[in-house]
Amino acid sequence: MTELTVFRGARVVDPASGRDAMIDVLVEGKTVAAVGEGTMPRGAAVLDCDGLVLAPGLVDLHAHLRQPGREDKETVETGSRAAAVGGYTAVAAMANTDPVADNAAVIEEVRSLATRAGLCDVFPVGAITKGLGGEEMAEIGEMAQAGVRIFSDDGRCVPSARVLRNALRYARAFDVVIAEHCEDPSLSEGAQMHEGLHSSTLGLAGAPAEAEEVAVFRDLALARLTGGRLHLCHLSSAGSVELIRLARASGLRVTAEVTPHHLAFSDEELVSYDTNLKVNPPLRTMEDRDSLRAGIADGTIDAIATDHAPHAVEEKETEFDQSPPGTIGLETALAAVITNLVDPGLIPLSRAIEAMSTAPARIMGAAEHGGPIEPGRVANLVAFDPVAHWLVEAPFASRSRNCAFLGKRLRGKVIHTMHRGQLVVADGKAQR
Amino acid sequence: MNKHLLSINDVSAEDVVRVLDTAESFREVGTRVIKKVPALRGRTVVNLFCENSTRTRISFELAAKRLSADVINFSTSGSSVSKGESLKDTALTLQAMGADAIVIRHSSSGSPYTLTKWVKGSVLNAGDGTHEHPTQALLDLYTIREKLGRFGGLRAAIVGDVLHSRVARSLSFGLVKMGTEVTLVGPPTLIPPDAPAWGVQVSYDIEGVLPKLDVCYMLRVQRERQRQQYFPSVREYSRLFGLTRDRVAMLSEGCLIMHPGPMNRGVEIDSDVADLPQAVIEEQVTNGIAVRMSLLYLMLGGAGTAEVSGRD
Repeated sequence: MTELTVFRGARVVDPASGRDAMIDVLVEGKTVAAVGEGTMPRGAAVLDCDGLVLAPGLVDLHAHLRQPGREDKETVETGSRAAAVGGYTAVAAMANTDPVADNAAVIEEVRSLATRAGLCDVFPVGAITKGLGGEEMAEIGEMAQAGVRIFSDDGRCVPSARVLRNALRYARAFDVVIAEHCEDPSLSEGAQMHEGLHSSTLGLAGAPAEAEEVAVFRDLALARLTGGRLHLCHLSSAGSVELIRLARASGLRVTAEVTPHHLAFSDEELVSYDTNLKVNPPLRTMEDRDSLRAGIADGTIDAIATDHAPHAVEEKETEFDQSPPGTIGLETALAAVITNLVDPGLIPLSRAIEAMSTAPARIMGAAEHGGPIEPGRVANLVAFDPVAHWLVEAPFASRSRNCAFLGKRLRGKVIHTMHRGQLVVADGKAQR
Repeated sequence: MNKHLLSINDVSAEDVVRVLDTAESFREVGTRVIKKVPALRGRTVVNLFCENSTRTRISFELAAKRLSADVINFSTSGSSVSKGESLKDTALTLQAMGADAIVIRHSSSGSPYTLTKWVKGSVLNAGDGTHEHPTQALLDLYTIREKLGRFGGLRAAIVGDVLHSRVARSLSFGLVKMGTEVTLVGPPTLIPPDAPAWGVQVSYDIEGVLPKLDVCYMLRVQRERQRQQYFPSVREYSRLFGLTRDRVAMLSEGCLIMHPGPMNRGVEIDSDVADLPQAVIEEQVTNGIAVRMSLLYLMLGGAGTAEVSGRD
């Protein structure tokens, strides 16, 4: 007999179907069997979801799982566990591993590690260029045939407009996405933070917002030229949001993401030289942060992606300019978004779910994720308490603890995560 | 006084006056045959120098020794990455040895802040990267007050590579705090675009600024900046922004000429200008010892009578 589970009494928020109502969801085996009131067959395990929100499992377009190569920071398994604890059922794993995921063999390795862990679906991202070198195109076709939907040299901007142009054109044959990290390295060389008042008083070398915007402008022009599917990673500046708004208005097909930390913080937080707040692109001004929030509210920015970037303790517990940039984010993303956008009334909860699940699932072509929550669909679900407060503190499910939100109180706590019908997180605890 | 001295912003205007007044009483000690008082007997001061600086280290060493403290010099070169031991491990070692105060010079901005996470004693910033050099600012303030008797109503210019100068940051913030009008002068590439928000003015024309000044503070030019194309050549820099004999003639009588050292004679300052009576560069050095004695004394609670207070 297949296993039956009922999520009882939750507020179901499902942007894909437009549903926002108090109803029960019955899961049978791997799939949703029924949605509605009173769907409670005998023998079903009941999860009392009074006061909880039930939504399609979250989907992350941008995580660094570090395997192969830096298993001291994270593995596919620990990263998957962090994802599950954070309510994610699907994660795109960035290509800047060692060796680089620029061929089908590495892609297969990551995927098989993920299957073995069985905690969430991992979608390996393929590199755009061989070895992330920015010069020779990687075997995009072969990786696409192996199921890769997103290609990115993340961590670096493709430096040559010609190479990026060709990649965008070539990718059209497979209808895959080219995800760009937008940064003109000649304007950001040596930069430790955003260039502005705070970098001037802290004596830290800064990168102006234009380091990103120059690249965004170039990339939008190339997307227009090629008709390729361009996705812009982790936007950080008001100018970038405006460039995308204009490109959209003129009919260009482009998507974009922003991180929870860019939505939560600004550069003035760096007065303590906290290396957990050293990220790339850097935290910018309050005005930039507010424009990013507005971009999420009006849909100019499609998705919220974590840029989960684990680093070893000894790499982060050091002088500011010696520390690598990056913060982990899978376990705090939902709460950070609820605390900074939903609670203050900037966006409704349904928009948060759309930006963290439905939209990213659509961008990466993860058909079994992002809802709708309907009979016959694979049961990838998250149930969370939207009002519970909690203190962000180590240890994390992630192998690393370099979290920008460390020590902060956030609102919104993941209670259950169901991946393919399996309750991988129950009562806030990872089940394996 | 705060427990730590990480930035000149840690010191209120009131405390600046206190530090300078106390320094005045200590300066007399330097004129005695036996240049020593027992104020910090039994206390341990560590000079942690992770970047070469003989003058600042010697100044701190003399200051601590004249207060009878036990002084340990701990020098490493370069970053934690190159030297093999992390700043954290170095800090924990010094902590285990019972350092009451750690004077840190480091090439990374903010490292004194990082250090406070791992040690219980007071941390004094002796220059961190391109951030701040608060004790230099205090000794400069001492010198200005001694020569001109006040801060309010004075006009000072800080000339040169402000962008990369920790001295310029601390001194600008310090002078503004004390009511002096500050103008930063230099090529636009070497003045932070946001500097006006510090409460200072900015000029690219040194000759327009000189006649109004009470203090003309010249910064050291690092030739490395030319390689980074902040300015076209050292020759052009020195022509446009150097303090030459001709330009000294534009200064009002009694205007102080200052420089934190070490000087590039013939680049930012003409050799014979540095030796003029209105140039108080050597006095800055002498005053540095008294000001650092004052800081150590006030921060370590004198002869163990006062408790070291926490940061508020």
